[in-house]
Amino acid sequence: MAPTLQWIDYAIILLYFAFVLGIGVVLRRYVRTSEDFFLSGRSIPAWVTGLAFISANLGAQEVIGMGASGAKYGIATSHFYWIGAIPAMVFIGIFMMPFYYGSRARSVPEYLKLRFDEKTRALNAVSFAAMTVLSSGVSMYAMGKLLNLLLGWNFDTSILLAAGIVLAYTFLGGLTSAIYNEVLQFFLIVLGFAPLVFLGLREVGGWSGLVSRLAARATSNGLPVDAYTRSWAHMGHAADNPIGIEWFGLVMGLGFVLSFGYWCTDFLVVQRAMAANSMSAARRTPLIAAFPKMLFPFLVILPGMLALAVHPASGVRATGGGPPAAVTQDASSPAGLTESNGIVPPKLDPTTGAPLRDLRGNIVLDYDLATPMMLIHFFPAGLLGLGLTALLASFMSGMAGNVTAFNTVWTYDLYQGYIRPGAPDSHYLTMGRVATVAGIAISVAAAYVAAAFNNIMDFLQLVFAFVNAPLFATFALGMFWKRASGHGAFVGLIAGMLGAAIHHGISLPVGASVGVKGGYLGTWVTFPSELAQTFWTAIVAWMTCFVVTILVSLMTTAKSAEQLQGLVHGLTPSMADQSRVWYERPAVLAVIVLSATVLLNVVFF
Amino acid sequence: MGLDVRMPMGLMFSVLGALLLVYGGLTLGRPGTAPTGVPINLVWGLFILLFGLVLIFLARRAR
Repeated sequence: MAPTLQWIDYAIILLYFAFVLGIGVVLRRYVRTSEDFFLSGRSIPAWVTGLAFISANLGAQEVIGMGASGAKYGIATSHFYWIGAIPAMVFIGIFMMPFYYGSRARSVPEYLKLRFDEKTRALNAVSFAAMTVLSSGVSMYAMGKLLNLLLGWNFDTSILLAAGIVLAYTFLGGLTSAIYNEVLQFFLIVLGFAPLVFLGLREVGGWSGLVSRLAARATSNGLPVDAYTRSWAHMGHAADNPIGIEWFGLVMGLGFVLSFGYWCTDFLVVQRAMAANSMSAARRTPLIAAFPKMLFPFLVILPGMLALAVHPASGVRATGGGPPAAVTQDASSPAGLTESNGIVPPKLDPTTGAPLRDLRGNIVLDYDLATPMMLIHFFPAGLLGLGLTALLASFMSGMAGNVTAFNTVWTYDLYQGYIRPGAPDSHYLTMGRVATVAGIAISVAAAYVAAAFNNIMDFLQLVFAFVNAPLFATFALGMFWKRASGHGAFVGLIAGMLGAAIHHGISLPVGASVGVKGGYLGTWVTFPSELAQTFWTAIVAWMTCFVVTILVSLMTTAKSAEQLQGLVHGLTPSMADQSRVWYERPAVLAVIVLSATVLLNVVFF
Repeated sequence: MGLDVRMPMGLMFSVLGALLLVYGGLTLGRPGTAPTGVPINLVWGLFILLFGLVLIFLARRAR
């Protein structure tokens, strides 16, 4: 199935490499202090930090993972955006950014030190640093595997080349270089994937054509006929929708705990806002990011859905996934509805090479290949180069985001905090560059061990559930309850993570075996899907952290009101909005974003 | 920062768009170049070229 790339495809890829490296080289002359390297000297305009905010998150797990989820769950995947991101992005812009930016903290762990104490900061810094290199490793593994499968490129060469380029431009230009390249990567990803959706929709006869073609898949999987094309209609019962969760678990687990835990506390994204050139720009950063984020389902989820619906013979080259790819499974379907797997290839048994089958006897598809197969199917030479470059850009922007967040937390929070405080600024600048090299080296190592999960997104959600889920309880109490103490925050976080691990250990998704999927403490609870288990694990973690933080805080001493100035709501003077025009006001942007998101939910209800 | 990011982006997308446009023109009518009947390299190359030129224009105007 590997297409032969033409000179034009290579020319486009090389052009992209040349520009990302060129940006790093040009920006090197502006990096004089550690603040220039780690925080861009707090000098970047809001539209740039806003697009970088979204692009740093637009890594492999987004483009490939959301395409895979689109194929697996249908339009309900949009919940990861319309309730799983936008409300949290609005919340951080309106309510939390004044504390992050106003405190002059250089990182999220440093805010925790100012607000609570050293141990809370250390716990967050260590867990965050570990998570960023893990995410980066997962991303690299996915890239190497994908390029090997699609184009026959050597796994090691792909990883080392991409890592080398990211290393070069982040090493040279620091955060500014990462941010500028993230903006470039953002446009490249949009321009690279937009024609995929256009061509796919043309082939299947528009949205209505897609709805009718996915109807057969729904019925053969025992779901209502429109289960893959309506986002809320079947959320009443877990058994009625492909995600396998009911609305409460979805809204609380994904929409509240996981979403707020990630978007409001993860330094990877918050760092972009901290680089903004003013408080107003910092507050607008996530709000500006919310506009494209709101529309991303059409860019990254639709290709996955379309991959199941397009005809294997409709593309510019044959992409049928072999004989099983067009299996008709109409025995359980209503008259006239037959199911095809489109161009998504089956997942093969690694020992026999035969397609895997699920409990119902249906062929298990390799959903991670849904979007890449669309690229090969529809894009002729030339545009294929652009599509592959967009894919590479998504991997590289995610990797650079992780590495720049890692080097800052390592240098400021761990090295300066505990290993060598009080050194000259130039020493920390050098350490930042050393940490960049080390972070990428560890990520490359992690890439070789991150290989166990089929759906990357499910795996990352699981990691986030353990580490991030309790975090939002700590931040919410820290920013809005002055009585919350350092001991309370620390014990609450540990309890939340333990709560997550225990809940995961006593629960198991249907059909999964005991082990990494859960059940290692005994199977007390069974969930209809892995995502349902993940969402409920997050809810348990958040609740545990929230309750324990309050209880321990009430038994211990909190910081004085003077120490909490600028860090807690009620002890921070309210700021006059300095926006010059109405469309720069955070509240106005928030209302527009939320209204449009409600509208999208209604349209695809 | 002294570098307006729109300038390198504008340059890159202009070159990229021009490459696609010219390649699309040279291969026009060949089998496998027009998925669903659309000469996509030509159409999308032109769009990307215009996008790149707009970015360059905005960057120069802001100087």
